[in-house]
Amino acid sequence: MSDKLPQPAGLPIFLLDGHEIPFQPGQTVMQAALEAGFYIPHLCFHEEFKPHGSCKVCTVKVNGRTVASCTTAAAADLDVESETSELRDLRKTLVQFLFTEGNHFCPSCEQSGNCKLQAVAYELDVLSAHFNPIFPDRPLDASHPDVLLDFNRCILCELCIRASSEVDGKDVFALAGRGITKHLIVNAESGRLADTKLAVNDKAMSVCPVGVIQRKRRGFAVPIGQRTYDQKPISEVTISRLQGHPIGHAEDQEGDGR
Amino acid sequence: MAFPLEKAEDPTKLRRVAIDPVSRVEGHGKVTILLDDAGKIHQVRLHIVEFRGFERFILGRPYWEVPVMVQRLCGICPVSHHLAASKALDLVVGAKRVTHTAELVRRLMHYGQILQSHALHFYHLASPDLLFGFGSAVATRNVVGVLAAFPELARQGVLLRKYGQEIIRLTAGKRVHGTGSVPGGVNKSLTAAERDELLAPLPDVKQWLRSGLAALTGLYGQNREQYDSFGTVPSSLLSLVGRQGQLDLYDGVLRARDQYGKIIFDGLDPQQYRSQLKENVRSWSYMKFPFIGSLGPEAGWYKVGPLARIQNCDVIDTPLAEEARQGLLATSPTRQLIHAPLHYHWARLIEMVHAAEVIENLLHDQDLLGDQLMASGPRAIAGVGIIEAPRGTLIHHYEVDEQDLVTMCNLIVSTTHNNQAMNEAIRQVARQYLDGQELTEGLLNHIEVAIRAYDPCLSCATHALGKMPLQVEFVDPAGKVVQRLVRDGENLAAVSA
Ligand code: SF4
Ligand code: FES
Repeated sequence: MSDKLPQPAGLPIFLLDGHEIPFQPGQTVMQAALEAGFYIPHLCFHEEFKPHGSCKVCTVKVNGRTVASCTTAAAADLDVESETSELRDLRKTLVQFLFTEGNHFCPSCEQSGNCKLQAVAYELDVLSAHFNPIFPDRPLDASHPDVLLDFNRCILCELCIRASSEVDGKDVFALAGRGITKHLIVNAESGRLADTKLAVNDKAMSVCPVGVIQRKRRGFAVPIGQRTYDQKPISEVTISRLQGHPIGHAEDQEGDGR
Repeated sequence: MAFPLEKAEDPTKLRRVAIDPVSRVEGHGKVTILLDDAGKIHQVRLHIVEFRGFERFILGRPYWEVPVMVQRLCGICPVSHHLAASKALDLVVGAKRVTHTAELVRRLMHYGQILQSHALHFYHLASPDLLFGFGSAVATRNVVGVLAAFPELARQGVLLRKYGQEIIRLTAGKRVHGTGSVPGGVNKSLTAAERDELLAPLPDVKQWLRSGLAALTGLYGQNREQYDSFGTVPSSLLSLVGRQGQLDLYDGVLRARDQYGKIIFDGLDPQQYRSQLKENVRSWSYMKFPFIGSLGPEAGWYKVGPLARIQNCDVIDTPLAEEARQGLLATSPTRQLIHAPLHYHWARLIEMVHAAEVIENLLHDQDLLGDQLMASGPRAIAGVGIIEAPRGTLIHHYEVDEQDLVTMCNLIVSTTHNNQAMNEAIRQVARQYLDGQELTEGLLNHIEVAIRAYDPCLSCATHALGKMPLQVEFVDPAGKVVQRLVRDGENLAAVSA
């Protein structure tokens, strides 16, 4: 990592792969690491929302125990391992599962290049889905005049749910079912997006790490190849953005790395 | 029966030969030949299994994904699908005319594609047959053999392809699965630096094409009889022509001529293609047989592709290509239309010359660097986009509902248009070369040479390194496979059935 911030004096520290990471009391391992310029792969974490700990892509070892770094409180003298081959392999497998469970046809997906799942996969050198894809066949919801939902790409991170309820105050999205049948639903009696109050400027529109929630009719306006993660790996994009130097197109900067 | 050798009188008494290579994405071809004990041929069929399910991927998808998605239809000319879909969807988003810059960028992309695809087809896939002979030793009858015996020609083929691919990369954004063309226009134009990068190699490109053309006319000079007669069956022709009747591979109106050159229809708006083109189904083939409605399903078949195009148009509006076209037309002293499949290769080279000239003109147009990229207008529910893809006319037809999802999709690819033409060509070749003969790899290759003249995308026509797996089955009158031959690389080996 190149752009390490100068470390404020007097803060407690923990060790991340041998580096001293200062933290404010109350911060998680993830928050402190990112702030110090160290990227830990993550998908359901978003710095504006309360951590949720569901994707487990951010798994690290703390004093030898496997935990989600986004939900683990930083504490003095923790010994955190992140960039080990064991943890990389674990993350890789988790990401491959996500590819298996959804329809992620990157070459024709509008989100390609702005997709965090794809970018994290590249970061982790995931070159194939490895497992047999399930190919879900859930119908799209195109009822809303300006927004399209492609449920087949959802990785169940619940960021849209959190954004819609905490920021937009609308509760447009929810999860239903459990286990393998768990899926995103639209919170309306009809089940249709058109019957919610979702608007294109809502926070919920900009947090999806994959390509479920799309603005209609602007597909491929930015050429693939010129998109955020086409230019730099997600580790660099994330750290640069948190340090106030966003990489990529302005319209892709609404949410975490988008 | 209307098509001799399409159906044997009593197929149960005949042996069967099936040329059945492994399947590829676009669809795969299989040739079956029914023989009696004396080796007399009674039936020859090219079965093409189209990669159908594709419509299923597109139905229910948002329209803006379509131009990107359809590129998976073809590994050799994805750009043609990209552009045909964009053209159809231009109409859906109300862009009856795209901006001048968008049209220039798309044309550049298309002619770059023509150049790279034709280069692959001619230099890589077809030249081994032409240079060494159709029945020559299979060990050298491949691109590696060409590289050894004709290194300069092989090198030029590679460089021509590279140049076309570079054009695609700069206009579409990527070499494969680009996203440059979008419904209503393009998402990028060229920078001055990119334009200059493409201008630099043009003098060489033209020189290489001159040598290619000279090499081919030289081969023709040595073996006129074979080139004129190999698999030759007259038919009607179909293609787009420009609005002034000139050759135009990107846009225009549909024109069809009968086998003697008389116009059947002309000036047909692509949106109305269904008023003249009908589709027929036959029990033995998955692929449809399109035909010109006014002539009926038996007489209405036609050829598409380079040889159809350069004879269907009135003129090529770039000088070097028109001169080359006149050279080919002059081989028919009576000025009858040329129907010989092998002349597809000559026509292909003429189109490559034309592509280079068009590319040069486009690169000198300042608007290629413009920033007016998108047009729009009132929405429509349907659109048809037709383009002359490297192998022939390509039709994309969509309907899109008010929620922006595709509800209908009809694609007619060039392979389908040429279905009957390829079947007729291989029947003719079977009559000319295979009848009563002991079948060898070299003789079976004659069948593939005829298919390859039309279509390199069928995997049975694609023997990139002479290593195409090939199966030949001999079936007894009861339908049981009595012997199976497998061609793997250089040998035809018997495998017990
Ligand atoms: S739609 Fe997107 S943001 Fe919402 S749960 Fe699914 S992946 Fe997460
Ligand atoms: S980012 Fe920590 S569990 Fe998802």
